[in-house]
Amino acid sequence: MTPLLSVQGVTKRYGANIGCADVSFDLYPGEVMGIVGESGSGKSTLLNCMAGHLRPDAGSVVFDTHGHGPRDTVIMSEPERRMLSRTDWAFVHQHARDGLRMGVSAGGNVGERLMAVGARHYGDIRDKAVDWLERVEIDAGRVDDRPTTFSGGMQQRLQIARNLVTGPRLVFMDEPTGGLDVSVQARLLDLLRGLVRDMGLSAIIVTHDLAVVRLLADRLMVMKDGHVVENGLTDQVLDDPQHAYTQLLVSSVLQV
Amino acid sequence: MIDLSNVSKTFTLHNQGSAVIKVLNDVSLTVAPGECVALTGASGAGKSTLMRMIYGNYRAQSGAIRVGGVDLVQSEPREIIQIRREVLGYVSQFLRVVPRVPTLDVVAEPLRAVGVGIDEARTRAKDLLAQLNIPERLWSLSPTTFSGGEQQRVNIARGFAHPYPAMLLDEPTASLDAANREVVLSLIEAAKARGAAIIGIFHDEAARTRVCDREIDVSRFTPARAA
Repeated sequence: MTPLLSVQGVTKRYGANIGCADVSFDLYPGEVMGIVGESGSGKSTLLNCMAGHLRPDAGSVVFDTHGHGPRDTVIMSEPERRMLSRTDWAFVHQHARDGLRMGVSAGGNVGERLMAVGARHYGDIRDKAVDWLERVEIDAGRVDDRPTTFSGGMQQRLQIARNLVTGPRLVFMDEPTGGLDVSVQARLLDLLRGLVRDMGLSAIIVTHDLAVVRLLADRLMVMKDGHVVENGLTDQVLDDPQHAYTQLLVSSVLQV
Repeated sequence: MIDLSNVSKTFTLHNQGSAVIKVLNDVSLTVAPGECVALTGASGAGKSTLMRMIYGNYRAQSGAIRVGGVDLVQSEPREIIQIRREVLGYVSQFLRVVPRVPTLDVVAEPLRAVGVGIDEARTRAKDLLAQLNIPERLWSLSPTTFSGGEQQRVNIARGFAHPYPAMLLDEPTASLDAANREVVLSLIEAAKARGAAIIGIFHDEAARTRVCDREIDVSRFTPARAA
């Protein structure tokens, strides 16, 4: 089987400081991988390097594209990479307002991504937008309201609808449940799990919340000071951590 | 079906003075289809550790753990996940679920994961929940608020939804009343009859005698404790 995403030796420095160093892994279709680590461990830097938001200093990020097979997205032209990020890729930001257009209606936010890939029929776009609002449990009656009138949890669900409407194959998520109430988090996790299973998505989720990765991720990568210190099946890494840092991380979680 | 050869396990606690705890040494055992084997031994002998290793939850330091011919010690995460989805079931002592998901869907999920349609999966789930005496009015609720015994029965229903060729059972009859214990034992007997290879931990001696063909005393794999 061809990996959907093959990351080799990705390194990013900020001056003399290391963002992430020599990260390599393969992600296969349908796999969900979590990346955990403390603040400053390099997990967001790595995610942004993979998603084309940052240019790594070294390494390759090879994605198995629909039409042209495996391509290195680091050396791809900017328009090609932008096209990928609108079609096969999706990016869910921690703060929904970074991933939404706050001045445009909810329906417009979902429809815009459809139009970016060539949809032109207004009725179809609106129907699809309404369908997706319902799938993320937003009342269809709110289709013409702006996201500024939505709660934080609703904004996050709208961001997910906007991202998934074009049927991406790989979703990058940066702390998707960060900053939300636990009850809202649970609902969002349930929703994400259902969507990932039903659409057969692959996903890479950056978070510092070990409970989130246990529920969502098949496999887990642990980062410290820009380096990957451990990597494997999620429950195995959490229940039988091998590296000193992972043991510290797992044993530091407060029991409820 | 389940075949372990020369498996050993040590825990190294890096943050507690790098203490090295040797738990199991040189474990070899085989379980054939249709056979149920009990793991016995005093508390702390390593029964649960061994079971978790067979499930791929704990990492083996050496040896091979083959389930349906695949060595889990050498496998990639996605291969272990596939084995767990299709071949190897595990009924743990605790139910761990996503909040908010109704009981019926919790039980149907293993079937959905192998591609069974939603209606057929729910029909099977309903049948199991009814057999295990979970009142129908609870099926649409999340099991997170259920009593310990109810959660355990939901866990068993979930574990038996898909006909796995190999199963691991960790105290499946603990905290159950006589009627439900009987249901669980007949589920185990039915699984054996269809050819499942089963490894179980049973503190309930009568249950063990009834469903198990053999016993393996895990303490014979416990390394001699060096001071």
